[in-house]
Amino acid sequence: MAQKKKQHALFESRIIQRALIDSLIKLNPANQVRNPVMFVVEVGSILTTLLFVHALFVPGPESPWFILGISVWLWATVLFANFAESVAEGRGKAQADALRGSRKDISAKKLSKPDPKAEVTSVPSSMLKKGDIVLAEAGDIIPGDGEVVVGVASVNESAITGESAPVIRESGGDRSAVTGGTQVLSDWLVIGITANPGETFLDRMISMVEGAKRQKTPNEIALDILLAGLTIIFLLATVTLLPFSLLSVKSAGQGSPVSITVLVSLLVCLIPTTIGGLLSAIGIAGMDRMIQANVIAMSGRAVEAAGDVDVLLLDKTGTITLGNRQATEFIPAQGIEGKALADAAQLSSFADETPEGRSIVVLAKEKYGFRERDIRALDATLVPFSAHTRMSGVNLGDREIRKGAADAVEEYVKKLGGTFPSDVKTAVEEIARQGGTPLVVAEGKKILGTIRLNDIVKGGIKERFAELRRMGIKTIMITGDNPLTAAAIAAEAGVDDFLAQATPEAKLKLIREHQAGGRLVAMTGDGTNDAPALAQADVAVAMNTGTQAAKEAGNMVDLDSNPTKLIEVVEIGKQLLMTRGTLTTFSIANDVAKYFAILPAAFLTIYPQLGALNIMRLSTPHSAILSAVIFNALIIIALIPLALRGVAYRPMGAGVVLRNNLLVYGLGGLIVPFVGIKLIDMIITFLHMA
Amino acid sequence: MTTNGMIQIALYFIVLLALVKPLGSYMAKVYQGETFWPSRILGPVERLLYRIFGIRPEDEMSWKTYAGAAIVFKIACFFLLYLILRVQGVLPLNPQGFAGVSPDLAFNTAVSFITNTNWQAYGGESTMSYLTQMTGLTVQNFVSAAQGMAILVALIRGFTRRNSKTIGNYWVDMTRSILYILLPLSLIIAVVLVSQGVVQNFSPYKNVPFLQTITYDNPKLDAKGNPVTGAAGKPITEPAKASEHTLPLGPAASQIAIKQLGTNGGGFFNVNSAHPFENPTPFSNLLEMLALLSIPASLCYTFGKMVGDKRQGWALLVAMLIVLIPLLFFCYSREQAGNPLLTTAGVNQTASDLQPGGNMEGKEMRFGVANSALFASVTTTTSCGAVNAMHDSFSPLGGLVPMVLMQLGEVIFGGVGSGLYGMLAFAMVAVFVSGLMVGRTPEYLGKKIEAFEMKMVALVILVPASCVLLGSAISSVTATGVAGISNPGPHGFSQILYAFSSASNNNGSAFAGLSANTPFYNTLLGIAMLFGRFWTMVPIIAVAGSLASKKYVTPSAGTLPTHTPLFVVFLASIIIIVGALTFLPGLALGPIAEHLMLYK
Repeated sequence: MAQKKKQHALFESRIIQRALIDSLIKLNPANQVRNPVMFVVEVGSILTTLLFVHALFVPGPESPWFILGISVWLWATVLFANFAESVAEGRGKAQADALRGSRKDISAKKLSKPDPKAEVTSVPSSMLKKGDIVLAEAGDIIPGDGEVVVGVASVNESAITGESAPVIRESGGDRSAVTGGTQVLSDWLVIGITANPGETFLDRMISMVEGAKRQKTPNEIALDILLAGLTIIFLLATVTLLPFSLLSVKSAGQGSPVSITVLVSLLVCLIPTTIGGLLSAIGIAGMDRMIQANVIAMSGRAVEAAGDVDVLLLDKTGTITLGNRQATEFIPAQGIEGKALADAAQLSSFADETPEGRSIVVLAKEKYGFRERDIRALDATLVPFSAHTRMSGVNLGDREIRKGAADAVEEYVKKLGGTFPSDVKTAVEEIARQGGTPLVVAEGKKILGTIRLNDIVKGGIKERFAELRRMGIKTIMITGDNPLTAAAIAAEAGVDDFLAQATPEAKLKLIREHQAGGRLVAMTGDGTNDAPALAQADVAVAMNTGTQAAKEAGNMVDLDSNPTKLIEVVEIGKQLLMTRGTLTTFSIANDVAKYFAILPAAFLTIYPQLGALNIMRLSTPHSAILSAVIFNALIIIALIPLALRGVAYRPMGAGVVLRNNLLVYGLGGLIVPFVGIKLIDMIITFLHMA
Repeated sequence: MTTNGMIQIALYFIVLLALVKPLGSYMAKVYQGETFWPSRILGPVERLLYRIFGIRPEDEMSWKTYAGAAIVFKIACFFLLYLILRVQGVLPLNPQGFAGVSPDLAFNTAVSFITNTNWQAYGGESTMSYLTQMTGLTVQNFVSAAQGMAILVALIRGFTRRNSKTIGNYWVDMTRSILYILLPLSLIIAVVLVSQGVVQNFSPYKNVPFLQTITYDNPKLDAKGNPVTGAAGKPITEPAKASEHTLPLGPAASQIAIKQLGTNGGGFFNVNSAHPFENPTPFSNLLEMLALLSIPASLCYTFGKMVGDKRQGWALLVAMLIVLIPLLFFCYSREQAGNPLLTTAGVNQTASDLQPGGNMEGKEMRFGVANSALFASVTTTTSCGAVNAMHDSFSPLGGLVPMVLMQLGEVIFGGVGSGLYGMLAFAMVAVFVSGLMVGRTPEYLGKKIEAFEMKMVALVILVPASCVLLGSAISSVTATGVAGISNPGPHGFSQILYAFSSASNNNGSAFAGLSANTPFYNTLLGIAMLFGRFWTMVPIIAVAGSLASKKYVTPSAGTLPTHTPLFVVFLASIIIIVGALTFLPGLALGPIAEHLMLYK
C-alpha cells in the first residue's frame, strides 16, 4: 500500500505567518483565561506595563527602563506561548482548508425511490438529510456520506485518503460505505444518505484537524490542575515576600522591600510557564501526528487512550500474514505419483481465480513443468467453489476432479463409496499443526493427495511484537483458522496469544474479559460484524474501506486501511503523554536555577550577605533578574519543535524510559538554566543593557 | 560530629527499623480484622463498646459518611475540651487551684489538641489542672492520633477495593486504633517511663528551698495572665527574686506515653521533654524518641502488607529516610560546630571527654548535642512537636532543619496515619508526573490517578503551605504580630515562620522565643491548625472514596513500577523540590540570612 502522508514541514512559512498574527489575537484575556499559567503571565505583563508608565512620571524604587525591559520580556513570554499554539493549530488548519475544498456545495440528484430510473430532483448537497436517496453517476461528486443501496462503481477517494487508486463501492457487504466529497469514476450508485448536514465524516474530520471542537483530554485536565496548584503555591510564595521583606527591612534596619517588578519577575519565572505555554500545542500536535499517519481520531481522548493500551487484537490476515496463502508442497497419497496429483491439482485450479488457486497452478508448473493448458480445449466443465459443498473442481468428460477442505472431500468420496486413506489423514493433520492449510484433491472416489497452503508471515512483524512486549503490550492474533493452524502461525509470528475460529461474539467476549481484568484493549476492524467489538474496545481503529457501521463504532478511522497502523497509533498516544510529562519535569526543575538568580538580587539591599547565594556570579541584580526572565521566555521558543514533534520514543520497559527521561529532562532541567542564565547575563553585561 | 554521637544515632535507627516489621504487621492484622491472640483478649471489650454505642461494625460507610463522622466527632471533641478548659476552676483534681482558661487560649488549645498539633501557648504546670490534663488533653491525644490512623486505613482500602462504594466504618477504625494499638503500647511505655523517674501522682506541687537566693527578670503579666506590652510593643519585664522553687507534680507518665506515641507532642510540663520529670534519663529519652517514630515508620509496613505488596511500603519508608537522614546529620553537624562568635571570644567548643562541645545553649546536659539534634529532627519529621531542647537556641542552620522538616508538609513520617496519607498524596503526584513520562495514564497500585485525585492531592499540598505563608505574612506586617518577636534581625522573622510552619502542619513544636499567648496569635495559629488538619483530611477521604470506586488496572511491563530505587529517589526529589521552591524565599530571609551574617 502506498504510504502517502500529508506532511507539512515543521515550520512552513505560510503557517508561520498565520501563527504570528494569531499569537497577537490570542492575547485577548478571555482566551488566555483558559490557561491559568499563561493568564498569570499576561496579568504580570499588564501590571509591569502600568508600572513602567507610572515610573516614567513618578520616580520609584526601580528605573523605568528596567521595568520596561522586564515588561517586554513578559509580553514576549505570552506571545511565544501563543505562537506555539498557533503553529500547532496552523498545521491542522492547512489540512482543514484542503479538506474544505472538497466540501463544495454541489447539486445532488435526489431520487424519489431507490431506483436509478426513478424521478430525479436537483437539490443542493447541503440540504440533504438522513434517509434521502441520491443518484451518483460517473463524474459526479458524491454529495454526502451514505450506504450504497443499488449499484457498483469505482470511486476516487483521494480527497479523503490521499490515495489516488480508485476503489470499488457496491451495495451489500463490507464495501458499501461512501464518503461525501469523493468522486464516482465509472458506472453509477444509488446512495442512501446516512448523515445530516454538518455531521458528515468530512465535517468531523475538518473540525478535528482544525482543533475547533478540541476538548481537553482527561490527562490534560489532571495536569492542568497540578499546574494550577503549583501556580497558586508560587503566587503565594512570591506575594508573601512583600510582607516578609517589609519586616526584614525593619529588623535589618537597612535596604528596601522587594519591588513589585521583581516580585512579578520571580513569579513568572517560578510558575511552570514552559509546560503551561506549550501544553495545548502538545495536544494539538499529537492529533496532528495522527493525521500525518493518516489516522483520523474522533477525539483527543481516543489518542490519549491509545497510549494506555495493554492488549492489541490483531487480525491474522493482512496484519500478521500477507493476505494470501500460497501452495508450497504436493503430498501424494500412498500409491499415487506426485506428478498425477500435481496434474489433477492444476486442472482443478484453472477455474479458481483466487490467489490460492493461482499459486497451485504456479507450483505445479515449477515442480513438474506443466504448461498452462487451454481448459476449453479439454472439454472441461468448471465446478466453482460453493459454500454448500466447500469444494471446487473440474469435470473433464467422466473425470471428476475435486479439491477442498479435508472433511468436505472425505464426505464427498465416502458418499461415492470411496475411503479416506490414513496416510492422507496424517498428512492433513501434520500440515495443520505446522500452521499450513491442507487442501485434499480427489478424482472420483479416489483420494490423490494433499496440497499444502502456507500463510506467509510478514517480514519484521516478529520484531515488532517483541518491541510491543517490551512496552508491556500483549498481542493477540484473531483468526478464523482452527486452533492447530492458529497456534503454529502464532508461534511463528511471535504473538502472545491467539483466538482461533473467531466469531464476532468470541471477539466481543475476549475484549470484555480483558477489560474486566483491568486492561485496555485496542483493535482494528472493517466489517459490520466487527462493529460490536469495535464499540466495546477502548481504542478501535476502523478501516476507511470498511462499512459505515464499523466507522461509526470505532473512535479512529485509518484512511490507509492498514491494520498494522494500530502499533503506530499506540506509539503516538504514548509519545503525547511522554511529551507532557517530560516538559512538566523540565519546567519544575528549571526553578532551582531561577531562585539562585533572583533571590540574592531581590534581597541584596536588605541582607548583602545573601549575595553568597549568587553562585552563578551574575554581574548585577538587575541583570540577574532580567536574565532569568529572558531565559524563561526563550526556553519556550526553544522547546516548540520538541512540543510539536514529541519526545523521542523508543519501545522499552517503563523503568528504563523513566530513567532516561529523568536524566535528560530532570537533570537536564536542573543544569540547563544555570548555563543559559549565565550566558544571557554575560551578553547583557557585554551590551551594557542593565 | 563525634563518634559517640554517631553511634547513638545509628543505634536509634537500628532499634527503630527492627520494630517496623513486627509492629507494622501487628497493625495490619488489627485493621484487617484478623482473629489472633490480642483479638481473643480484647475482642469482647471491642464488641461491648459497639453494643454500648450502638455501632454495627459491618455497616460500611461511603467516603462522604466517613468524612461526616470524622468531622462531627471532632466538633464534639472541640466543644468538650473547650468546656473543660473554661470551667476547670470549679472541677475537682485541681490541687493548685488553677482558674478557667481565657477564651482565646481555650480556643487555641482545644483546636491544637483535636488537630493532633499540640501547639502549647500555655505552660502545663502553671495553667492546667490534673483533671484537664487527664480527661481533656490526654483523651484528645488518643482520639486525634486514632483519627489519623483511621483515615490512613480508609485510604489504604481505597487502593485495595475495586468498584466499591464504601471505605470502611469510621467508628470501627477509631475503636481498633485505640483499643489494640495506642492503649496497650501507651501502657507499656508509661510503666517504663515511671521506672526511669517520670512522675505519676495526684499530689499538690512541692516547694523546695534553693541553695542560694537568685534574682531574674520576669515578664509582667496582667490580671488575666497575659503578658503586658510596653510602648514599642515589647513585653515588659520586672526583676524578681527567688529563694525556693516549686516542683510541679501530677499524672505525667500516662500522658507523656501517648504524647510521644501518638505524635501529639503536648508536654505535661511547659518545657516538654526537656523537663527532668518528663524525660529524666538518656534511656527515657531513647524510649520517647522510639515511641514517637515507631508507629509512623511501622505504618509503612502496614500499608505494604495491606495493599498486598510489601515492597511498596518499604519504598515509602526508604523515601522518608533518605530525606530525613541527611537533614538530621546536617542539623547535628551545625549544632556540633558551635557558634563562631564564641570561638572568636576564646571559648573552646570542641568535643572532648570533659564536654560535649558544640552549641549547648538551650540543650540539656543529660542529652548533649547528638541526642538533642536527633530529638529535634525526629520530633519535627513526625508531627510530634515534643522537644528535649529549645529549638530557638539552635544555630541558624541547625534550627532551619526542624523548620524545613515541618514545611515539607509533615509527610516525611509525619503524624501517625496523617503523615503516611500525606506521603501517599505526594506519591500520587510523583506517580502522575512519572507516569506521563513513560507514556501512560498514571496509575498507582493499579488505580488510575486522574483529575479528581489530582484536585484533592493539590489541596493536600496547597492548603498547609498557604497557611504557613499567609499566616507569616499577616504576622509580619501587623503590630500585634511583630510585637511577639523576641529577637532582632532575621531570627525574629524565623520565629514567626517557625510558628506558622508548626501550626499549619500540625506539628506543635515552637521556637520558644515568640510570645504566642496573645489573642492575635492564639486565634491566627488556631485557624492555621484547623485548616492544616481538615483541609488535608477531608480531601484524602475523598480520594479514598474515588479510588475505591475504580476498577483495578493490571500492571504490565509498560506500567511504572513504584517500588524501585529510581521511583523512591524521584518521590523524595518531588517532596524536597516542592517544599524548597515554596519556602526558600522565606528561609533566605530567616535562618539563611542569619547564618550568613554569623559567618560573614
